[in-house]
Amino acid sequence: MTLIEHMAGIRPGTPLAQAMAARAEILRLSQAAHDAVLLPKKPGGISHGLRAALAARMARQNAQPRLAEHYDELMRRSGEMQDSDVSLREQTRVAAIVTHADLLTLRPRDATRNDIEALRRAGLGEPDIVRLAELAAFVNYQVRVIKGLQGLGEAKR
Amino acid sequence: MSRVVHAFTTEIPVWSPYVTPVDLAAATPEQMAAMQVTPSNKGVSPYVLTLAHDPESLAVRSPLFNQIMYGRQGLTSAERELGAVGASVVNRCIYCAAVHASRFNNLTKRPEVMDAIFADERSAKLEPREQAIFDFAAQLSDTPPTITGAATKKLEQVGLDTLEMVDLILSAAIFGWANRLMHTLGEPTEPI
Repeated sequence: MTLIEHMAGIRPGTPLAQAMAARAEILRLSQAAHDAVLLPKKPGGISHGLRAALAARMARQNAQPRLAEHYDELMRRSGEMQDSDVSLREQTRVAAIVTHADLLTLRPRDATRNDIEALRRAGLGEPDIVRLAELAAFVNYQVRVIKGLQGLGEAKR
Repeated sequence: MSRVVHAFTTEIPVWSPYVTPVDLAAATPEQMAAMQVTPSNKGVSPYVLTLAHDPESLAVRSPLFNQIMYGRQGLTSAERELGAVGASVVNRCIYCAAVHASRFNNLTKRPEVMDAIFADERSAKLEPREQAIFDFAAQLSDTPPTITGAATKKLEQVGLDTLEMVDLILSAAIFGWANRLMHTLGEPTEPI
């Protein structure tokens, strides 16, 4: 079972389960997208642990606490520990990443060129800027699929 | 430099990235594969060249997008486009709205629907079935989503079956993804 099906609580034998069977390839690709943005082979400047922590934050901002717990668990499994001796430069970089992730989740309509410039000033290169956008874009897709399917499941009860 | 488009329109703008796209001549084999560049297909848009900075995501996103928007059975193509526009209005992605409003118009030959949406956005008054679809897509696009049981009930009342509702959820949600790339990594400019 894919993460979306698990989180949406789709019950076997229901009309919703039948409809999802017709969209099995979309569920499979959605799971592959999860792996591509959370556990990429080349994470660049946004580590697996930071990705999971950002995803958990985005899930909470979208009122999906169970999904957030999944990402908390991914964060723990990454084995990345909080380092008390982080350089000022790294603190600035991570703060800019969190600020941008919040913008992309909460108010994407307000994003401008200046927000990309802020990431550059904090030391992010082009690939990391795109990686961050894909991560936020994916999690915001995923929470909406789950929320929508949960609603259908409830309506059919 | 051409002017930035700030108002909703069905005239498709030119998308100009804020970041420097990948140089096609210098692209890695992984980036070429993710962009689906083949000897017979060398035309790659600035948008795809920008996303090629993260080839692992791009390689999955393109087939996912195509399955959701163009998959067989279920919700009509025009109504998937309406879901896409609902999300794009909430997220104010002028470029996405233009492309998908145009597709809706080509499919339905009813430009008055998009005229109403572009004029009044979330207050637009539409025919009952289109109203239910547009409102649901918009509510699903809020952060956090504001859809309720009543919104789902409305979809049933206007005749959507379960697969059609699933397709609407997917088309609105995939634009929660597309808008967050298109609107935040670049801007729409007037065609020259």
